[in-house]
Amino acid sequence: MIIYENIRLALFSLKANKMRALLTMLGIIIGISSVIAIMTVGNSMTASVSDSMESMGANNITVGLQQKADEEESTEEGLQFGGPGRMKSAEDEDGFTYEMLENYCETYADSIQAISASENMGSGQILEGSLYANVSATGTSLGYFLANSVDILSGRFFQEREFDDGAMVALISDLAVDNMFEGDDEAAVGSQIQVNIGDKYYNFTVVGVYEYDQSSMGFSSSSAQDTTTAMYIPLKTAKELNHTENYLQFTVVTATGVDPEEFTETTENFFAAYYRNNRDFEPSAFSMSSMVEEMTSMLSTITLAISVIAGIALLVGGIGVMNIMLVSITERTREIGTRKALGAPNSSIRLQFIVESIVICLIGGIIGIILGVALGIGFAGFLGTSAKPSIDSIILSLTFSMAIGVFFGYYPANKAAKMDPIEALRYE
Amino acid sequence: MEHKPVIQLQDIYKRFYIGTPNELQVLNGIDLNVEEGEFVAIVGQSGSGKSTLMNIIGALDRPTEGSYHLDHVDMIAARDGELSKIRNRKIGFVFQTYNLISRTNAIKNVEMPMLYAGVSGRKRVERAKELLTMVGMEDRMHHLPEELSGGQKQRVAIARAMANDPAIILADEPTGALDSATGRKVMDLFHRLHKEQGKTIVLITHSPELAEETERLITIKDGNITGERSGKGRQ
Repeated sequence: MIIYENIRLALFSLKANKMRALLTMLGIIIGISSVIAIMTVGNSMTASVSDSMESMGANNITVGLQQKADEEESTEEGLQFGGPGRMKSAEDEDGFTYEMLENYCETYADSIQAISASENMGSGQILEGSLYANVSATGTSLGYFLANSVDILSGRFFQEREFDDGAMVALISDLAVDNMFEGDDEAAVGSQIQVNIGDKYYNFTVVGVYEYDQSSMGFSSSSAQDTTTAMYIPLKTAKELNHTENYLQFTVVTATGVDPEEFTETTENFFAAYYRNNRDFEPSAFSMSSMVEEMTSMLSTITLAISVIAGIALLVGGIGVMNIMLVSITERTREIGTRKALGAPNSSIRLQFIVESIVICLIGGIIGIILGVALGIGFAGFLGTSAKPSIDSIILSLTFSMAIGVFFGYYPANKAAKMDPIEALRYE
Repeated sequence: MEHKPVIQLQDIYKRFYIGTPNELQVLNGIDLNVEEGEFVAIVGQSGSGKSTLMNIIGALDRPTEGSYHLDHVDMIAARDGELSKIRNRKIGFVFQTYNLISRTNAIKNVEMPMLYAGVSGRKRVERAKELLTMVGMEDRMHHLPEELSGGQKQRVAIARAMANDPAIILADEPTGALDSATGRKVMDLFHRLHKEQGKTIVLITHSPELAEETERLITIKDGNITGERSGKGRQ
């Protein structure tokens, strides 16, 4: 009963000093909202990372080339000007050869489900009269479709013979079909398309239409007409058109039951043997799960940093609350004296001011939560992920702001409770 | 009818700054009994010790020496928490400056002592309305103190003093901040409470005219009771 009256009283006195109350709450609002915002963003980022992990496959290991560490170079060739920052790009001759891959597959046949290699031919346009669709032509191996989830809407995947022969066949996106065939998937399948890549024109037969997954492309501002989607062609076709033989990068789909982390190291060691004599490059392998781990640890570092800032804001906010409570108690000295004269025990006075301090902090906390969720949603929207406010952090914030109210309200409230009623009544 | 003393003060001494060179003796062995249903005035110049005496009677302060019983309760032995309870249930304060809580309306002010006494919500409102009606403030129950005149505020304060049906009403210069006409009305209200409800009232004042209206007039000077006589009645 008396608690309810105290809450009512606290709201009354806040209403009487709206501006002051708001300024007092500011620290709490900033602290709580930044915690909630970062939690919301972090939550949605973790969710989107694990989403893309699912679509790209957590069991995938990506193998590529990286430049060898510089000090090796300088010991061999002496001091070089412009040394450390110098970058070389890997040429076709540095790439993994077909033999290496075959050898690898044989050695670890039990651990490998498929190998996905791709060859990028660059961006181009499908042209037909005034119609066009932007595409980026990608040569893909059979394993590519195991490593990447691609949903066929109409038609079929490539056949093994087409992979082997380097046939001029293509898989195009439903978005490209919208642009070229007015969305008629059936009409698209089996038709001939002319594709302009660089300064050359190629003719492909469409064998299938896949569903374009917008989320995997991230934030894009282009309209549906101008969006560039992937056009898949058999790997051998792309290799022949590009006049390349080796692979700069490929993805290994591990068999079920294989620990991707462990197999990543095995893979790297296997290929390292081939590159002992290569002056510039060495193989590097990383798995999706290690990427996710890296991402998570980066995110938790950011969260920690913001939490520290938020903690400081909350501390300052709490001191602000304490300060304003002390002011408020001084202002209301006569009221305290009157209440005591009329029989309020010390505990009631203490309770009254602690409740007031809790109410300030709680209102600040609620405003902070609303602001934080809004900020988090806005920021997650900007990053192109869906926001997921964390209920735990909201409950924690509410509890925490109440705790601040108790902690920083106790001293002023106790001071009020211990006032001498005679002195308090005489106070001008 | 046998008289029952409500206030029994015996040999009350009050000293301040004890043990310092500034030690100050304010009360020098006061003996005072107030019977139930009496209307008593304590008169004295400022600095005479009447405020200190009032604080002791009102359980806001403790005497340095002496014994004090209020409504047969030993006030010297009572602990602070018990004194709060006694102030709440047995004493009704009326102050010169009203001391209403400015943020809450008249009825909430009257309810306040009952809140501390643990009276339930509905009973509080009922009793507060009854009291405000008694003091003629039934039309202004929901007004804030700042919307009331001085006399109206003091009537609300008297209603508040009556909230827990106290054994005594302790009024400290209740008309001191009022003009004579409104002061008159407030005094009439005290007379009514005394006559109709048989309340014991202790009035502290420096106004000789008001003191004459009471049944007994006690004069204090330099911490001693220097005179005690019956009032001459209203003039």
